[in-house]
Formats: sequence, C-alpha cells, structure tokens
Amino acid sequence: MKKVIMGNHALSYGAMLARSQVIAAYPITPQTQVVELLSEMCADKTLDARFIKVESEHSAMAACIGASIAGARTFTATSAQGLALMHEMLHWASGGRLPVVMGDINRSMAPGWSIWTDQNDSLSQRDTGWMQYYCASNQEVVDTVIQAFKVSEQLAIPGMVVLDAFALSHTYEVVDIPDQAKVDEFLPPFKPQVRLTPDDPHAFGGLTSPEHYFELRYKLQKDMEKAPALIEETGREYEKLFGRYLGLVDDYLCEDAEIILVTSGTAGYTARGAVDDMRKSGIKAGNLRVKVFRPFPFEHVRRILKNAKKVAVVDRNISYGHHGMFFQEVKSALYGHDNNLPVFGFIAGLGGRDIMPSSFREVVEIALAKDKPEEEIIWIGVKR
Amino acid sequence: MKKPRTMKLSLPEEELVGSGNLACQGCGATLAMRYVLKALGQRTVLCIPACCWSVIDGPFPYSCLGVPVYHCAFETAASTASGVKAGLEMVGDPETTVVAWGGDGGTFDIGIQALSGAAERNDDILYVCYDNEAYMNTGIQRSSATPYGAWTTTTPVKHFKNRPKKDIDAIMAAHRIPYIATGSVAFAEDVYKKAKKAKDIKGTRFLHIFAPCPTGWKSRPEDSIKLARMVVQNCIFPLYEIENGEKYTLSIKVKDKKPIIDYLKLQGRFRHLTEDDIKLMQEEVDKNWERLLRKVESSV
Repeated sequence: MKKVIMGNHALSYGAMLARSQVIAAYPITPQTQVVELLSEMCADKTLDARFIKVESEHSAMAACIGASIAGARTFTATSAQGLALMHEMLHWASGGRLPVVMGDINRSMAPGWSIWTDQNDSLSQRDTGWMQYYCASNQEVVDTVIQAFKVSEQLAIPGMVVLDAFALSHTYEVVDIPDQAKVDEFLPPFKPQVRLTPDDPHAFGGLTSPEHYFELRYKLQKDMEKAPALIEETGREYEKLFGRYLGLVDDYLCEDAEIILVTSGTAGYTARGAVDDMRKSGIKAGNLRVKVFRPFPFEHVRRILKNAKKVAVVDRNISYGHHGMFFQEVKSALYGHDNNLPVFGFIAGLGGRDIMPSSFREVVEIALAKDKPEEEIIWIGVKR
Repeated sequence: MKKPRTMKLSLPEEELVGSGNLACQGCGATLAMRYVLKALGQRTVLCIPACCWSVIDGPFPYSCLGVPVYHCAFETAASTASGVKAGLEMVGDPETTVVAWGGDGGTFDIGIQALSGAAERNDDILYVCYDNEAYMNTGIQRSSATPYGAWTTTTPVKHFKNRPKKDIDAIMAAHRIPYIATGSVAFAEDVYKKAKKAKDIKGTRFLHIFAPCPTGWKSRPEDSIKLARMVVQNCIFPLYEIENGEKYTLSIKVKDKKPIIDYLKLQGRFRHLTEDDIKLMQEEVDKNWERLLRKVESSV
C-alpha cells in the first residue's frame, strides 16, 4: 500500500510492522512524531505493544534494555541531546548483547540550541557497539527498521536507524508500506537464546574480572564482523519479498568515474543530482553513498573507489582536532590497499545549513584543481 | 523416650540467598535480601544497580541468588525494572514479581529521577531500598541518606554532615503510590510481612529497609542486629506503612522511647560528636517522631 508519509512516521511504521512489543520513549524535537504515532497505534491496538512514557531518554534506553532482556522486541527513538543522555545506556545495550532498535533523527548538538541536522549526535556514539544505518529516503527508513531488527536479533547487537532532521524527518514522500503478512514471513518473533526469567535463573552483567571481560568484547567485535555479510544476505531476502535491496552502500555511476563523491544521509541524494549535472557538462563524477557506518563496509568502499582518480568525502560532522568522520573511515579503508589515491576531506552543512547541488560542484572543482589535498579539512560554505 | 521438640520458625525455611556470597561480616543488606526473598519466592526477578549487592551477589559467571538477576546501570533500577515488567508481560508472564533492589545512593541520589518516573506512572514494580546510609561499596562516601552528624570519607570529622537525612518516604508518599513501608533487619518478621503484602499489591510499591553496615559505620559486626533494633526503639527510624500516600500506620508503637546516645555510642562514625551536637540531633529526632505521629493520627 502506497502512502505519502513523513520520515518520522516511516520510523513508526517500521516499528509497527516489525511488531515491536515494548516501546519506551521521551519526546525531543524533531523526533516527536515518531512516538506520537506509535502511542496512537498502541492506544487503538493497531500495535500490540506496551508503551512506557518515561521521564528521560536515559530511562527510555534503560527500560528498552529491561524489556529486551525479558525477551521482548523493543524500539525507541530520539535525537541529539537525548541520544547523548543515553550514551551510558548505549554501551549497556551492546555490552549486554541486546538487539534494541532505535531511530535517531540527526540533530546538531547544543550549544547553541539547534534543532537542525548534522551528524555529530549519532557519530559521537560510533564506539558504543551499535550498528548504524544512514537513510536517504522515507522508503529506506521503513525498510531499514524492519531489516535492522532481523540483523540485530541474529547477532545480538543493537541497531540505530539514522535520518536527517527535517530534510527527511519532516519531509513527506511516497512510501510503499510493506504488507504485514509478508513482513511476518520475513521477520519471525524474537526468540533470544537466554532471557531474564525465573524459569531459568541466571545473573546477567555481574562483576566481570579481567579473566573474562576481554573475551566478551572480543566476541562482540567478532559478531560485528559478521554483520556486513548478514546485512547483505538479509537485504537479498527482503528484496525477494518486497523488490527493494538495501545493502551497505549505494554506488551511482562509479564504474568509470574519475572523481567519486562519498556522502551519507540525504546529502547523498543531493550528490546524485549534482553528479547527473556534472556528467552533462563532461565531468566524469560518481557518488558513493555509505548506508551503513558501523560496521564500516571496508571492502565495498575499496572496491568501488578502486578505479577512481580522486575521492572527495563530504562530511556533515566533525571530530574536533581531527577530520570529518566518514573521511577518517574512508582513508582507513584505503590505507595499505591504495595509498596513492588522493582523498579530499570536505566539511559542509553543520547545524543544518543546506548542502546544495552547487556545494557538490564546488567540491568537485576544488578536488579537480589540485593533484592532492593541501589542507587537512576543506570547508564548504563557511563564513570566515 | 521423650519426642524431641521442633523449633517453631517464624519465617519460611527456604533460602534464596546462598552462603557463598561476598558480604562483609554483620552485613544488614544481606539480611534484607534474605527476608524479602523468603516473602517473594522464586517467581521473582531482580534488577540490581551499582551498590553493595552488585558485589555481594558474586562475580561473573556466579550468583549467590536463587532468582534471576539483571545487573543494571547505577541510576536505572526503577526504569530497568519498568522495562522488565513490560517485557515479561509481553512474552506472556504477567505473574513474576519484578523487583528493583538498590542501595541508598542509587535510590535517594542518582536513581531518584527514574524512581520518581516509575512511581508517577505507577508501574507495577516493587522497589526495595536497603539503606546503609552512605556509598559503602565505593568506600563510605556520604549520600543524601547519611544522617546528620555522621563521619564518612567525604564528610571528615572537621566537616561532618551538617544536613539531615533526606526523607525519601515522604517523597515517595507524595507520588500517591499504593504502598510504602519501612523495615529494619532486626525485625525479620515485620520485613517478611511487608514484603509479602507488597507482593500482592499492583502498582509501584516501595520498601525502605534499614541495613546496618559495620564496615562503614565503624561498629562491631555482632552489633548489627542490636543497632537495627535500637534505631527503631529510639525512633530515629520508625517502622510504619503508608497506603496510597495518605494512610499512615505505625508497625511498632514505641511506648518507652529511648535516647539516641546509646545508639550513637556504638558507632565510630559518631565518635566525634559533642554533647551539644547530640542534643541537637535528639531534638531533630523528637521533632521527626512527633511529625510522624501527627500523620498517623490524622490518617485515622
């Protein structure tokens, strides 16, 4: 069934179709519509779930963790400050191997107060052991939530579905809402190996000495390493039922591209339009949109960038004192494989400033004019 | 031959706390767990935040408890328990009693927001706070449950704690939850009875159990029960119940109220106090006791 819905409601539909059983959430702009619709769905029994209206995001994630260890499929959504407040509990969910799925609406971190998009909120959580998916359309949001549950539950690793504030969260698009019966066929009920129950009493998360802790983290990484193949396999399975493939990356006109723009989120689609325009004027540009940031799709990135002469990574985020974070990852993927490929690092659109097709043209012009980058960071559209 | 007599037990024999635990000698928190679990039985799950009990239970992969335990983050006992309850209900187990089991630091201080949230929603959980009046697990730092006058490692004798203990029970009463009760490990049957009563009530229930800590109080382990009894008899920690936030009932009607000085003298944490300090403390205790009596009288 096709519907015109906003990005936030795409998250709600994803959570509903996945038959989330416990939702615990706290409101924050621009996430509110996600939980408003879910609370309506719970109230009118469209969704058979318990909605815990907690008093903070920290409690939201704690309650999700409690529900998940009890054996329930669990969902929440937040943004920016809320995600930062959850930080401790993000470690708890992944360290506890609980497949909670969460929507995060990318919003810039205060101060100054901002409700507009950039990626520093979610990327600040990159080392918490969560899988991170970056979406560029409302269709992708619905499809990603459903697949994220399947992948997370198989690996016992939580997943974060990320979308840009306003550019996606409040933008209405036509979405093909998957059929519930087919989703049920794709995603069986959550049946964890162990859970908190008096029928089989265990203690979870107790004091763990150096004799054991290291191995628990080793296993988390080993399972995270299984994720790229599983995300692809799950994507193929989903494609068979619904005709849409998600995967780890979205590459556009990269085979013969001399310069490849590496992007994520909605800016990725803007880049695609810019690539079309540049192609018309004779510039052989391509676009690699990274959909999954954790685990990072090293092999795909290497393979797709292989024949390029130059790479321009455009980050809507910054690791202060270092670089944009996708830039860091792309370089680390190439190091030892193709050390001579010039990779230019651009930062644009912080705090929700628009990233326009013209921004990408500027990026490409700068990169084409130089043999290799002369600056650590090249800023696009900043007022100096 | 005469038939040997059997001892009449006032509590069930079943033990859900194993002997191989990591508690200190004379630990009141361990007794609190024993008595409460005797009342709740095996269909119970515990959410334990950072506190002495996260150590007492034993290191991974062991547990001294006969019920499942989720070790949760410091400030999340109540919110984790709310989630566990919802999760169990959704997977077809509405019966199991879900308990948040925290110390005074995790309850009075860092966990109070989550506790207040759960209580305001009246989530169906039993919150038990065993109160040893400081952060004992981290090495005796003051909490807002530390009483006036006490030494701790962060309230040295030159700057002993000069603010009274936070009245957590009044705070919980203000949430109008169905059941609140105080208990002391010297009164095992009373703790048992209250836990049993709390088990059968729906909504948020709050048990506040006084639990002496010889390590932190600089008292003799063999005095723990004595101290837990004295604190009730001198009315520093009266035993009572609050139903629906307004009906106050005394569990033990203290007729011959003892002075606090003998209680203080058994604990190194009060050794530095002058006669004037103690006089001030006695006045405060008297005032609190009178206030409680007024609440009890007005709810009849």
